[in-house]
Amino acid sequence: MTSLEPNPATGIGNPPADIDSVAQSVVASLKDIRKTYYMGALAVEVLHGISLDFYQGEYVSIMGPSGCGKSTLMNILGCLDKPTEGTYYLGGEDTSEMDDDELSTIRGARLGFIFQSYNLIQQLNVLENIEMPLFYQGYSEQDSHEIAMGLVERVGLEDRIDHKPFELSGGQQQRVAIARALAVDPLIILADEPTGNLDTKSGAEILDLFDELNQQGKTLIMITHSDELAERSPRWVRMLDGKVESDDRRNS
Amino acid sequence: MTDAILEPTVQPRRRPDRPKLRAGNRLVRFKKITQVGIKSIYSHGLRSLLTVLGIVIGVAAVIAMLAVSEGASFEAQQQFRDLGANNILLKSVKPAEVEASSNRGFGPPQAIIYGLTLADVETIRSTIPGISNVIASRIVKKNVWHLGRSMNTDVVGTAVDYPTSRNYNLRSGRFFSETEMRDHANVVVLSDEVANVLFPIDNPLGLSIKIDSDYYNVIGIMESEGFSNLGQNQAGSSNAAPSRIYIPFTASKSRFGETTTRQTAGGMERETVELHEAIIQVDNQESVIEVGEIIEQILARRHKDIDYAIEIPLALLRQAEESALRDQIVAGAIAGISLLVGGIGIMNIMLASVTERTREIGIRRALGAKKRDIITQFLIEAVILSGVGGVIGVVLGIAIPFIISAVWGMTTIVTPVAPLLAFSISALIGVVFGIYPSMRAADMDPVEALRHE
Ligand SMILES: Nc1ncnc2c1ncn2[C@@H]1O[C@H](COP(=O)(O)OP(=O)(O)OP(=O)(O)O)[C@@H](O)[C@H]1O
Ligand SMILES: [Mg+2]
Repeated sequence: MTSLEPNPATGIGNPPADIDSVAQSVVASLKDIRKTYYMGALAVEVLHGISLDFYQGEYVSIMGPSGCGKSTLMNILGCLDKPTEGTYYLGGEDTSEMDDDELSTIRGARLGFIFQSYNLIQQLNVLENIEMPLFYQGYSEQDSHEIAMGLVERVGLEDRIDHKPFELSGGQQQRVAIARALAVDPLIILADEPTGNLDTKSGAEILDLFDELNQQGKTLIMITHSDELAERSPRWVRMLDGKVESDDRRNS
Repeated sequence: MTDAILEPTVQPRRRPDRPKLRAGNRLVRFKKITQVGIKSIYSHGLRSLLTVLGIVIGVAAVIAMLAVSEGASFEAQQQFRDLGANNILLKSVKPAEVEASSNRGFGPPQAIIYGLTLADVETIRSTIPGISNVIASRIVKKNVWHLGRSMNTDVVGTAVDYPTSRNYNLRSGRFFSETEMRDHANVVVLSDEVANVLFPIDNPLGLSIKIDSDYYNVIGIMESEGFSNLGQNQAGSSNAAPSRIYIPFTASKSRFGETTTRQTAGGMERETVELHEAIIQVDNQESVIEVGEIIEQILARRHKDIDYAIEIPLALLRQAEESALRDQIVAGAIAGISLLVGGIGIMNIMLASVTERTREIGIRRALGAKKRDIITQFLIEAVILSGVGGVIGVVLGIAIPFIISAVWGMTTIVTPVAPLLAFSISALIGVVFGIYPSMRAADMDPVEALRHE
C-alpha cells in the first residue's frame, strides 16, 4: 500500500497514479476556495484557500479537528453556501455564476445529502421522505414511487415504508436518509459525519453500505472525526485550520 | 481493487449536461404541495382549529350581519311600498291650538272644525297636472255588530278604486261599485280581522252587520292593511294598525253626518271633519316628490292651522334606502374588522409555523426546493386554512339568519353576493396574510435553517 505525495502547497489532490487506466473525469473541482464569516465588524476567514479535485467514482473522507472548517467546506460543495473567493466547478459547471434557483436545482438534481442528525421530515413517512427530492425535480408520481420503492429495498427497510421517522432507530433513519440521497442518482453523495449519532454497530452498517455504494460506482465524500473510519476509504483528506494538510490515497 | 472501482465502465451513468428539469406536471406538483399543507395542518390540529375559528367568525359575521340589515331594510321599504310608490297620502290632523282652545269653553262642547275638505282635494286635482286619481275617505270610529258579537273599528267611507290605489287585494267577494256609490248603498267590505271577530264560523259574504241602527250587507273581505306611521288621527288607534271596514263614501256621509262624536280622555268630543284621508295618485313616479311639494304649498295657502299631514311613501322609501345603505356600511365595516382580525390570526399562526419548521425548510431547500416552492407550500397552507374557515363561515353565515328568522321572526335576506363576497375575502386574506410568513420562510439561509434546533 503506497500513498501518493500530497501537495500541501497547492492543496490539489493528485489523481491516482494509474490515471490512464481509469480515464475518469473530475466531478467536482475546488480552486482556491476561501470563506470569510462576518460578525459585525469582525471578519473571520474560516477557509484559507482550498483546492481539491474529486473524481467520478471516488470515495473520499475528509477529516480534521473540530472547528477546522469541514462542514463549511461541505456546505460549499453542497451548494448550500457560496465561497467568498475561489471557484467551484460541479459536473463541469461553474457554480459561482448560478442564481438561487439554479443552485436549488443543482442541489436537488446533482447532489445527495446525508446529515449527522438524519434530517428527515417528521410528518412524512419513509417512502414520502425518499420521494421528496424527486418531487422537486418534477418526476411523475409513478416514477417517484417506483424509484423510492427500489431504494427502500436497497437499504433494507421495505417493511417500514409507512413508518414515520420517530418510529425508527437512528441507524434505520440514516438508511432512509441514504435512500433519499440516492433518489435522484446524484453526481456526488455528501455525508457530514453520518455515523456521528450512531452506536458502533449501526455506524458500521452504514459504512458497509457506503462501501457497497462506492463499489457500484457512486461518488462519495464523507466527513468524519475518526482516523479509523477515514482510512476505510481509498482517499482521505486531512484538514487543519481551514487548510488541506494532507491528501492521501490507499493504493492497494 | 481500486482500479476496478474507478473504472468508468463499471456503471454507465446518466450524465446530462444540465440538471434534468422535467417540467413535470404542474398539477401533480400542486397536488403534492397541497397534500403537504394538509398534513401539516392536521399535525397541528388545535392550533389550526383556532386559526380557522377567526376566519369562521369573520365570514359568518359578514354574511349574517348583511342578511339581517338587508332584511330590516327590506321590511322598512316594504311598508312604504305597500302604501304605493305613486301615491301621496294626505291626512287630517287635529291641530294643537284647536285642542287647547276647545277645552277652555263653557257649556256644551262645540264641534271642532278642522282638516281636509273636498274643496282642497278639488283644487289639487284641478291645478296640478299629472294627477290620475284622488281617493278621498272619511274615517269614523264605530261599534259594529253581528248578532251578539261587536267590535270597535274604523269605518272608512271611501271611493270605489280604494283597493287598487293601495294595492290591496280582496280575499273574496268584491268591492262596492259606482252604482252602489251613487245609491248611498248600505254595503260593506270587511277586513280579515273584523271578519274573523264578527264571523268566527260563518262565511260573512251575503250576511249583514249593524252599525248604529243600520244594517249593511257584506259584499267582500279584504286583507288587513299595513300600517302607516303618520296621521293616526282617530282616537284609540294611535299605534296599532287599525282594523277597518269599508263603505261607500256617500253612505258614510248620509248615515253618520258631517259631525261625529268621539271619546276622549276628558269625555265626549264633537268634531267636524269633512275628509280624514285622501290618496292622490300621480301618473309618473318621477314627479311624485315634486307634486308633493306643490300640494304642500296649496294646502299651506288654504289652511290657517296645520291641520293636515302629507306623507309621500316614495320619499320615505328613499330615506329608508339611504339609511339601509348606511346600516350595511356599518355592518360591513364591523364584519370586515372581524375578518381582518381573523387574517392577523392566520399571519400569527403562519409565522409561528415558519419558525417552528425552520429545520424542515432547510431540508427541503437542500433537497432541491426553490424559494418559490417554499413560498407556494406555506401560501397554500394559509389559503387552505382561510378557505376551510371560509367554507364553514359561509355555512354558519347562512344558517344564522335562518335561526334569527325562526326565533325572533325577523326578516333576514341572504343575497347570493354576500357568501360569495365573504368567501373571496377570506381566501384573499389567506393570501395577503400568508405572503409575509411564506417569504420569511423562503428567504431563510439554507445552512442556518439546517442548523436550527
Ligand atoms: N455562520 C457562521 N458564522 C460565523 N462563524 C462560523 C459560522 N459557521 C461556522 N463558523 C466558524 O467556522 C469555523 C469552522 O466551522 P465548521 O462548522 O466548518 O467546523 P467543523 O470542522 O465542521 O467542526 P465540527 O467537527 O465540530 O463539526 C468554526 O470556527 C466556526 O465557529
Ligand atoms: Mg461540522
